Amino acid sequence: MTAPALDVDVTGRIGDLTVEVTLRISAGSTVPTVIVGPNGAGKTSALMMILGALTPTRGRVALDDVCLFDATRGIDVPIEERRIGFLPQRYALFPHLDVLANVAYGIVGEPPAARARRASGALRALGVEGLARRRPQELSGGEAQRVGLARALAHGPRALLLDEPLAALDVAVRRDVRQFLVAHLRALAIPTVIVTHDRADAEAFDGELLVLEDGVIGQRGTLAEVAARPATAFARTFFASERGP
Amino acid sequence: MSDPVSGAGGARPRRRRVEGLAWSVAGGGLSAVLLLLVALPVAGLVFTTSPAALWQGLRDPMVAPALRLTLATTMASLALVIGCGTPLAWVLARRRTRAWRFVETFVQLPVVLPPAVAGVALLLAFGRRGLLGPVLASVGVGLPFTRAAVVLAETFVGAPFYVQAAIAVFRRLDPDILLVARTLGASRPRVFFTVVIPIARASLAGGAAMSWARALGEFGATLMFAGNLGGRTQTLPLAIYTALESDLRTAQSLSIVLLVVAFALLVTIRLGTRA
Repeated sequence: MTAPALDVDVTGRIGDLTVEVTLRISAGSTVPTVIVGPNGAGKTSALMMILGALTPTRGRVALDDVCLFDATRGIDVPIEERRIGFLPQRYALFPHLDVLANVAYGIVGEPPAARARRASGALRALGVEGLARRRPQELSGGEAQRVGLARALAHGPRALLLDEPLAALDVAVRRDVRQFLVAHLRALAIPTVIVTHDRADAEAFDGELLVLEDGVIGQRGTLAEVAARPATAFARTFFASERGP
Repeated sequence: MSDPVSGAGGARPRRRRVEGLAWSVAGGGLSAVLLLLVALPVAGLVFTTSPAALWQGLRDPMVAPALRLTLATTMASLALVIGCGTPLAWVLARRRTRAWRFVETFVQLPVVLPPAVAGVALLLAFGRRGLLGPVLASVGVGLPFTRAAVVLAETFVGAPFYVQAAIAVFRRLDPDILLVARTLGASRPRVFFTVVIPIARASLAGGAAMSWARALGEFGATLMFAGNLGGRTQTLPLAIYTALESDLRTAQSLSIVLLVVAFALLVTIRLGTRA
């Protein structure tokens, strides 16, 4: 096994909950790490600690051999220097900018024409270059998700975090968007962490599964392993239920 | 009373109709009282003059200096309010502890404080015998009865309107939007100027307009703290007060000017917040 590209071992506190997360994703991995768990288990907090938006109380985060956080050495690289792409649950597009400007926001140090070209390229890669002049308010859920993803990838991040990427979508379009997302992430091959509470998502992304409950990883393994021998109460209900949409 | 069944068919509906009518009449009448109370003075201001008289009134030598002074001081106070009030509102919007909430309430105090009290308070802070008086005097600054005093009084009464509007809009911002901007490589200042301010712009402008309108009408605190010196501290409201003693026409003309400005501001704010 090659050295991990994303190497996380942190503990943090959010309110009364202590969240402990360890995960390793090797360079060139084409499958994401999927964190599942009930509401309030600390899934989003885990992402926040990797992003740098929540300061862990102990541990370390490294990406491509660059230390982003180390409690003992007092290292805490600010969010904007971590180069980790992030797609929040409701995509959080900038409402005052059109789609192209949204995607170009993270591209800096280039003349305007070059920025626009790169942003167009990022939109094209996701099949939505036709939306360039639209406002975020005019997009459907699926379109907004692709634009959000294009924006998260346009500046060439070294890792990607997706928080419930499908939860905001209508059931009717969720399946198509999910298939597209799975295929796109596979082609990207950068370390990716996805948070979901939806079994169908977990099955579709089919990466390493972390079951997070009350801030602690209760079980980890491939989807098949966890499904065959669910070790926690949540894992049992998660896989006992009927197949999701 | 009749029995409930027949009553429901006969007397009841009629009583209800009468009740309903009385209710409407009472409601309409009471509403009309307040509407007239607002509309009549405005009508009195506008309809008891002619364009010629209006123009004549505006040519009084007191008018031009008061107009210039008012514009200059309210603009200076607006710059102060926006320049210092925006960062203050940003801090207050993001802190939720009891101490910060107290600060937030405290900042609102001038809204409910009687202007006369504001005048006394300003004198006791910046006046010769006030808290900062000796310090200011030692560097050769005397604030009372100067233009700076006018600006201070206008800032004191106007700032809360802007700060409150700014806090409200900053609190409504989606925290994910700010976080995403930072993951895209933007520093905190860049996020503030390229995301926060543009999204909040309309609400900030509305708050600034309210603050400016309040500063424009400032009378009591200015009179007590800055005085009523023609050409130096005599703003439009003070000029109206002074003109009333000698020439009603001038007072009326100036009042109409302020009325038009105030109404235009109000319409702009309403259109702005709707957009």
